[in-house]
Order: sequence, then C-alpha cells, then structure tokens
Amino acid sequence: MLPEEVKNLVGKVLSTSKFEVEKQSIKRFAEAVGDKNPLYRDEEYARKSRYGSIIAPPGFISSVWFWEDTSGQTPETTALKSTGLLGLMLTLAEAGYPNIIDSGIDYEFFHPVRAGDTLKSTVVIKDIRERKSEEGNLVFLITDTSYTNENGDEVAKTRWTTIHR
Amino acid sequence: MTGQPTWRSVEADVDIPPLPKVATTRMLVEWAGASGDFNPVHYDMSFSRAYGVDGPIVQGALKRQWLIQLITDWMGDEGTLKKFSCKYRTVDYPRNMKTVDEPEDGETWLCKGKIKKKYESNGEPLVECAVWVENGKGEVTTEGKATVVLPR
Repeated sequence: MLPEEVKNLVGKVLSTSKFEVEKQSIKRFAEAVGDKNPLYRDEEYARKSRYGSIIAPPGFISSVWFWEDTSGQTPETTALKSTGLLGLMLTLAEAGYPNIIDSGIDYEFFHPVRAGDTLKSTVVIKDIRERKSEEGNLVFLITDTSYTNENGDEVAKTRWTTIHR
Repeated sequence: MTGQPTWRSVEADVDIPPLPKVATTRMLVEWAGASGDFNPVHYDMSFSRAYGVDGPIVQGALKRQWLIQLITDWMGDEGTLKKFSCKYRTVDYPRNMKTVDEPEDGETWLCKGKIKKKYESNGEPLVECAVWVENGKGEVTTEGKATVVLPR
C-alpha cells in the first residue's frame, strides 16, 4: 500500500540540490555512450565553436538525480526513508514496490550546459498513483525537474516517468 | 557525418544517417559509473532474474543517450537540440565479453531517425524528427521524437 503521506507529495518540491559540472564527468559520460563529439572533450575545438568552451551532451543533466547532494536537508515528510528522489524510490521499495521500470523521459533544453557550471535542480512530484494490473499493483511516478545555472537561467527541464512494482 | 545540414536543405520523409551501437556487459557497467544509476538490474544476474528478466538489461537511459547522439551527430555544431522525448518499449540484453575489451559475436542495434516536418515557430527554423532504436531482429525497443533548430 502506498502511504498516504507519500500520496500527499503530489505538487510538492521533493528536493533541491546543487551539482558541479566537471570536465572529467562530461568526458566519462560521453565515453560511456561511445559519443566522440569533440565539443564534449576537445578544449581547443570547443573554444573555436559557437559555445566557446566544453559543453555537456544534452541528457547529461539527468545524472543529477543520482549524484544529488541533499545532505543537510530533511525529508519532505517523515514517511520518506531519506531525502530526494532516491529516498522516495527506497520508500516505495519498502512499501512493496521494489522494482523500478524506467518508462521514458521528456526534455526541453533552453541553454547549453558548460563544464564549470554549477547547476541547481528542483524536483517536483507531478503525479504519483497506484493502478491495479493482473500482475499486482503498480505505482506510476511522474517527476518534473528544472535545472538552473549559476546565472539563474533555466537550462533545461525534464519530465520522467517510472513504474514501480 | 555528412556536413552541416541547413533548414533549407532538409525535407520531410528523409532518413537520418543510422548510428550502429553494440551494447556489452562492460558498457552497462561503464554507463552505471558515468550516469550514477547503480540499479543492480543492469549488472547482477540473480537480481535481474528476480526482477523478472533473463539477465542484466540495457539501461533505458543509455538507449536514450544513443538516440540523442544520433541527432547531435546529424544536426552538427550549428544545430541545437530543443526538445527530446523517448519511451522504452521493451528490454534489450547486452552482449557478453569475450576478452577484456572485445565483445562476443551477437546483436547490433541500429539507432534510426526520419525527418517528420520542418516549420517555423516564433521565427525559429525547426525540424521535427522521429527517432528509434532497432534491435538485431529489427524490432523497435525504444522510440522517441526530437525537435532541432537548424541554421537557415
């Protein structure tokens, strides 16, 4: 059963966190994809491009969910195991939904993300609901995340859907 | 890469040059480390079987990133990815490794795309593309949509 306190998170900010975009993390990310684009690794090339410096691949920002540093913050409700999106997912696991299915993601990109940026992400729970299925109950979780850089510009926003069973 | 495409030069129904990819167990671990997603379903045999699949499965987010590369390779340095979305339809299993850096023979995935329409909005020259990942049998395992700004 989905705890009532978790259901009440809809529309609320789940967490905010800061994330430093490091050159080495960008390179490692691009290598893991097999993406040889010089804009992500070659400083000289990037400097002469219209970006003027190394940028991160679109999609790189999603790592913030997994690297987010929410230390010092307290969970939104006492029903949550720990802070942030991973805290919510662990809470769902304890409530009987241990398996996470990544269903898909929507991105809107507004500005490039550059090596050296410090991004602030804000995670809002758009929707969380239980649905019955033949194989048992499922929880659909929709998360909206907005990312701003140190100039206060929103660089991107995402809507991520996961299914928990 | 075939040079910088321009908004004038592209037409609807034209294919984007496909991008072949081979997923390996090693690559899944590399992606876990690079993305920070350490869900064991992507590298632990007994965990993934308990999850209900036959073995470690390819991360959806890695397939997402393949499709983003398909588009960024095609749009070139002067193109800008404005919107991207994808849905994961079915699971993919990576190839096992034969040596430390060489995969076994097996499946090759193809990232594909097609220009759906070109239009202007708020004075921006935009192109909308359908994108998808096909497994070795030609089945679509991930599909999505990308909106790109191209130079005129």
